Amino acid sequence: MIRIRGLHKRFGERVVLDGVEAEAETGSAVAIVGPSGSGKSTLLRCLNGLLPFDRGAIEIAGFTLSAGGGATARELTRLRAAVGMVFQDLHLFPHLTVLENVTLAPRVVRRTPVGEADRNGRALLELVGLGERASARPSELSGGQRQRVAIARALAQGASVLLLDEPTSALDPTLRREVATLLKDVAGGIRARGSREGPLTLIVVTHDHGLAADLGAVTWTFHDGRIVRPPDQPAAHGITNA
Amino acid sequence: MRAYGLVASVVALVLLLLGPGVARADAVADIAQRGELRWGGDLQGGAPYVYEDESAPGKIRGFEVEIADALASRLGVRARFVQNDWSNLVPALERGDFDLALNGLEDTADRRSRILLGIPYFVYGETLAVRKGSKVRSLDELSGKRVATLNQTVAHDLLKARPVTIVLYEGQQEPYFDLGQGRVDAVLLDHIIADLYGCPLKTVECLPDDVARGVYVMGIRKDQPELKRAIDRHLSAMIADGALKAILSRYKLWDPRQDELALRSAAAQPAPSASPSAAKASASASASAASDAKGLGAALVTPNSAPRPFDGFQAMLFLEGAGITLLISVAAFAIALPFGLLLAIARIFGGAIARAIAASYIELFRGTPVLLQLYILYFGLAPIVRLGPFEAAILGLGLNYAAYEAEVHRGALLALPSGQGDAARSLGLSRFQALRHVLLPQSFRNALPALTNDFVALLKDSSLVSVITVVELTKRMTIAAVDLRDWVLPGLACAALYFAMSFPLSRLSLRLERRLSHDSHPRLA
Repeated sequence: MIRIRGLHKRFGERVVLDGVEAEAETGSAVAIVGPSGSGKSTLLRCLNGLLPFDRGAIEIAGFTLSAGGGATARELTRLRAAVGMVFQDLHLFPHLTVLENVTLAPRVVRRTPVGEADRNGRALLELVGLGERASARPSELSGGQRQRVAIARALAQGASVLLLDEPTSALDPTLRREVATLLKDVAGGIRARGSREGPLTLIVVTHDHGLAADLGAVTWTFHDGRIVRPPDQPAAHGITNA
Repeated sequence: MRAYGLVASVVALVLLLLGPGVARADAVADIAQRGELRWGGDLQGGAPYVYEDESAPGKIRGFEVEIADALASRLGVRARFVQNDWSNLVPALERGDFDLALNGLEDTADRRSRILLGIPYFVYGETLAVRKGSKVRSLDELSGKRVATLNQTVAHDLLKARPVTIVLYEGQQEPYFDLGQGRVDAVLLDHIIADLYGCPLKTVECLPDDVARGVYVMGIRKDQPELKRAIDRHLSAMIADGALKAILSRYKLWDPRQDELALRSAAAQPAPSASPSAAKASASASASAASDAKGLGAALVTPNSAPRPFDGFQAMLFLEGAGITLLISVAAFAIALPFGLLLAIARIFGGAIARAIAASYIELFRGTPVLLQLYILYFGLAPIVRLGPFEAAILGLGLNYAAYEAEVHRGALLALPSGQGDAARSLGLSRFQALRHVLLPQSFRNALPALTNDFVALLKDSSLVSVITVVELTKRMTIAAVDLRDWVLPGLACAALYFAMSFPLSRLSLRLERRLSHDSHPRLA
């Protein structure tokens, strides 16, 4: 269960999150939609602990984040392992191979032995359909393939929540459809493997309503730093206005 | 008219290019026509030779200034001082930068073979200075010890013939300073220098007897014998009529040694160039004079050897110099690289205090000359930290270059897309882990061309450490140039060795850059 309570965030004088309230079930898919600059990506960064917030609280993957960024470095490290993030620009590490991109965090942060990290990494690459490209550099991959690497990298520490920022914005229409299929396959694959972290919860910031529909996602619509309930949105998914 | 002007210009240009090689019709007439006698010296030599007058900014003083003025006046012209690095006075004279080299030039066979030397205007004794309390009483007791002197001096030639470790300095004060500090065991220099800079020090004792005796003479270009004759005539007159004695007395330089001047001046009209056998005889005479000379009656010495060829021995010395240059540069860069990185990280990621300290360090070390820093490190801080010349050279260059490398690293880190750091942090990497595994491997690749460039610059800047007595490649070249009486061959050998060190490095850096580029940049099809 993800719970967001009264989340406020401002950059200087500019209020970006103005009392966001929301909940999402474990294993569900959420699509965050809304105009540019309405606070969607900021919320995503708060969920991963990349940005501290001014007021409110977040419960996510068994962690509780409070205002002012009071979490210790160790807590943040564990949170980020459990809440994977895929950036809009992916930000793959160009000096590392595909496999090294995926295994970096397990090796460095969790101190997983190289052999084990490699085995897990290859399994994840298989899951995203890139088993053959483990030793390639990111620059040798297509846009869609790079995105698969970014997803595998975000999941490599056994994440139970996957945050994706505009995953289809840089892809052509054919590939856009594939992303939804891929995400569903990944979630299904993780479920099938009986991960101890439980089923994967997807939170996707997107302008692509097709993607939201394909994922069967609940929609959080952002406007001026708040989530507004669309007329046709069932309240059962726990979306509440601040 | 136009054709005439063109021909005149070409002739003037050719004359200019040929420079001193072209025999002048009459140098004395030239000087008279110009209305000034240009004489070269080095203000760094300081008092009492030639120095800036503290009470009259822009004016110079010194006994040599007065001698030049008196000579010029007797020639019916004004004297004009031309500042020139002392060690290059002879080449500059040959180039035609001035008419007369007048700055404590000793009468050596080496100089005698290259230029005309006038009659002596000063008789000096070689004074051996030791640390107070030392039991050493003569040069013979200094076997295996470190003895300081200046390059291209008679004292240097005297020491070369002995089993001592010679430490060469650029300035006159520093050898005595280092004697007090225990960096050298003795200093052998002209009494005029010892009396002014060494003997008054509490830590230094000047031994009373002259080790040897020599004279200061003026240098004149070989193609100007008529100028030499005129100068000799006027100087003889100054000796005879007491004008020279009056000048030397004003600077408290007139002592019993100078009684020999008249005799020497009359007798010392040697042939313009010494034959190899004469030079050899002179050298052996000087060696015996150097060991036998006691008291004021010591024989006049003009020690030196005939020009040596650029042989295997010289080549070995050059290779040794190159090795020292490489060693100092590599060691200094090994300090500069990580320290610079630390400064860059402090400046980008540190708190306010760390940022301020790093920024101040960088500005201070980048904004002041490395030469000054070397002087301060070696001489200025000696009472607190007594570094050897090598340690000071490596540390001085390392600390200076750290400031430059810090900016290279900083630029390379800031050039990375900010998302790289975010991505690393989103995976749970600590700031240090993100730097170590994500940011630095990429920024290092970006920085590599600039780092290589700086290392090549450091290779060349390492020549500055000769001021703190380290004999590296460039210093070896200047010493060899004097010994061989040739700048071209040693210069080419020196250039070739620098090139041999820097070129493979550039190639290696290119290869490394390619290897590190990881295909992260788009390829051209």
